[in-house]
Amino acid sequence: MATKLPKTDVVVVGMGWVGGVIAAELTKAGHSVVGLERGKMRTTSDYYHVHDELRYANRYELMQDLSKETVTYRNNEKIAALPMRSYGSFLLGDGLGGAGVHWNGQYFRFLPYDFQIRTKTVERYGKSKIPDGMTLHDWGITYDELEPYFVKWEQMAGISGDPTTTEHVGKMSKPFPTAPMKETPGMKLFVEAAKKLGYHPYRMPSANLSVNYKNPDGIERAACQYCGFCERFGCEYGAKADPCVTVIPVAQNTGKLDLRTYANVTEIVHDGKKASGVRYVHMPTGEEYIQPAEVVVMASYVFNNVRTLLLSKLGKPYDPKTQSGVVGKNYCYQVNGASTAAFYEDKEFSTFMGAGALGAVLDDFNGDNFDHTDLKFLHGANISFTQTGLRPIEYNPTPAGTPAWGAAFKQASIKYANRVLKVSAQGSCMPWRHHYLDLDPTYKDSLGRPLVRMTFDFEDQDKELVKFLAAKTKEIADQMGAAKTEMNDKLSTYNIVPYQSTHNTGGTIMGSDPGDSVVNSYLQMWDAENVFVCGASVFGHNSGYNPTATVGALSYRAAEGVLKYLQKGGSLA
Amino acid sequence: MANGKPNEPQDESKRRFLKYAGTAVGGLVVGGVVGGLIGANSKAGNEASPAPSPSGSTPAAPSDRDFNQALMYFNQDQFQTAEAAAERIFPADDLGPGAKELGVAFFIDHQMASAYGMNARDYMSPPFHPGEAYQGYQLTFKRQELMALGLDALNEYSQDKFKSKFAKLTPENQDAVLTAFETNEVHLKGVPAGTFFNMLRALTIEGVYADPLYGGNKNMGGWKMRSYPGNQMSYFDVIEKEGLVKLEPLSLHDHLTS
Repeated sequence: MATKLPKTDVVVVGMGWVGGVIAAELTKAGHSVVGLERGKMRTTSDYYHVHDELRYANRYELMQDLSKETVTYRNNEKIAALPMRSYGSFLLGDGLGGAGVHWNGQYFRFLPYDFQIRTKTVERYGKSKIPDGMTLHDWGITYDELEPYFVKWEQMAGISGDPTTTEHVGKMSKPFPTAPMKETPGMKLFVEAAKKLGYHPYRMPSANLSVNYKNPDGIERAACQYCGFCERFGCEYGAKADPCVTVIPVAQNTGKLDLRTYANVTEIVHDGKKASGVRYVHMPTGEEYIQPAEVVVMASYVFNNVRTLLLSKLGKPYDPKTQSGVVGKNYCYQVNGASTAAFYEDKEFSTFMGAGALGAVLDDFNGDNFDHTDLKFLHGANISFTQTGLRPIEYNPTPAGTPAWGAAFKQASIKYANRVLKVSAQGSCMPWRHHYLDLDPTYKDSLGRPLVRMTFDFEDQDKELVKFLAAKTKEIADQMGAAKTEMNDKLSTYNIVPYQSTHNTGGTIMGSDPGDSVVNSYLQMWDAENVFVCGASVFGHNSGYNPTATVGALSYRAAEGVLKYLQKGGSLA
Repeated sequence: MANGKPNEPQDESKRRFLKYAGTAVGGLVVGGVVGGLIGANSKAGNEASPAPSPSGSTPAAPSDRDFNQALMYFNQDQFQTAEAAAERIFPADDLGPGAKELGVAFFIDHQMASAYGMNARDYMSPPFHPGEAYQGYQLTFKRQELMALGLDALNEYSQDKFKSKFAKLTPENQDAVLTAFETNEVHLKGVPAGTFFNMLRALTIEGVYADPLYGGNKNMGGWKMRSYPGNQMSYFDVIEKEGLVKLEPLSLHDHLTS
């Protein structure tokens, strides 16, 4: 028997970046918010012993416990999906701050092209450019409409970056609030090589602060120390923007946020038109609660946003056969793999130093910044050299042909430990009719509820993209003065074993038409006006960038939507 | 260091941490953060590699006896087999110590006794089906079971081929046995030889390079070979330097102040 709790204005499901932004904005406006987080509490002092590669990077200290819940996966509808039993391809966050704790801090606004990708593709190349089965989708919002919300997020997080931008990205109405990060010898080589080739490199915008910073909410944070422990780690300095050191304390200081940890939401309670609240289980005790609310905000990760809607029977599930329904549609990932490693003989680099968002990038081959008329793919990738801090268990580079173990391996891996620089492309991912999320018919979580099932593979589009971008990475690396370079330009079947990227997107896409989207441009559900579904699950596709900037901007947009709805009610679209 | 400044964080552990970090403490601690770590821009931040025991109260000096070097999971025979195999994967040479000297077999033993060895945080619910390679690990074996069976299989295969236990073989014959496992040429008691070998290889690399607190990388010998400085709090003042910056390595043990 579930205990029914007193009603609140807003209940937020998942206290990561999205939940934190929404809780901060709503409580500042005087509303009461209940924040439900299925994991544990986290503070900066938890990270005083964080420089532990084994515990955090190899044993996934900060990640979701897969024994309780995972996803199942298959490459296509013909084979049976099997559970992801241990971590590999992507890492699911858990606990206060979610994946916003263990990100690198690489910050990129998506391109104007991204938000109107279908329209702009048809305009420039004609309808026939879009291959059969590619469900290319306009997002129902333009870059210009979203621009003020990017600014808001940047001021909150203190993004460090170049004061001017290149012609390849959207215009910024306000420069980044802090100066760019330092430039390492490796970055210099990359920038010089790229410029020599006529490309337009710039310093990677970073959520790791270049200087001490006080944000508009009065939050002060310290500058990054370049210790090299960002990805998969929490920041003991609070230098990396993370919900626990930015938006969540702001919400807490209002006295209007009721934050509950170990609270695992199992269902949105609704009558088919509106939600009345959520049902959750307090995981340590197994006690069940109903939290009534005026507004329900789904702010969990991509997979749980989709899964919770499906389990709650809210919205129309996507059916790839009939092309009807929307929940689960347009699942996308990130197309990585195009890269070139430069091996040096007479030069060494301190690559163990670094920061998650330390690097230089270029967008000459991203979005539609180059002519695709004669190419067999759409979109592109950003090309970068990053110095995130290479750790010794993970990073043992050897030239091709070196054995994987034994004396020759030891010799080569030690020789090249500080002698390799890598130029990589982070590729976009287009949506397809047959890539989607639904509920698994067989496998269950620890509460006995179906896991989410992912059906996805790399397409010819992705293989062509990797081939093209790899050649560009080699062109640059060849100019960096190395003794030799080794290019990877092959992409095969998607494999869930090696780590690739935690940039999963789609499943509850946004748009201007209730027939082909789950939420409107305020991330308000078409089928339930007091439910807002937020996060990267609303992306129509994934760009050639890290997603957090766009997730952050959309969170501020959604917060404004929730405020409007609490004042006036009704559909905001 | 500017430790005398006002408004230091009141929390004792925080204070010690900041002292260790070699950074000055500024005025404001905001939002539950270690705020105002100004070291970045001040003179005080220059000490990128602080002395190991800033408080002056050092943990007990290491004695010749390492009480951590004992077995949690393996029996002695399994231990010797694992030690011999790890040494072939990462052998001693002119560059420095191999897996044996670095304590890698103790590392593996301790890991097998841990939550990791028991797959405590992996999804181990049925049904189990073989699946495609790109769907990942789908076996019912826990890591510690796969390790024990794999080590037995190493010995059994060595007996068959070379009439001796694995640990007693010549290095050349040990390599031949490991190669047969790596390439899945061995079929014994349903042990997936390649999967076992890959796990053993990964654990060996971890044992060479993980923080010494886990029993391997003894005396930070793995790190020293590749000039990896371990647990440093800041590279703020050296990250722009050309060439390889060499620093005396620090471990998490150095971080623990009384």
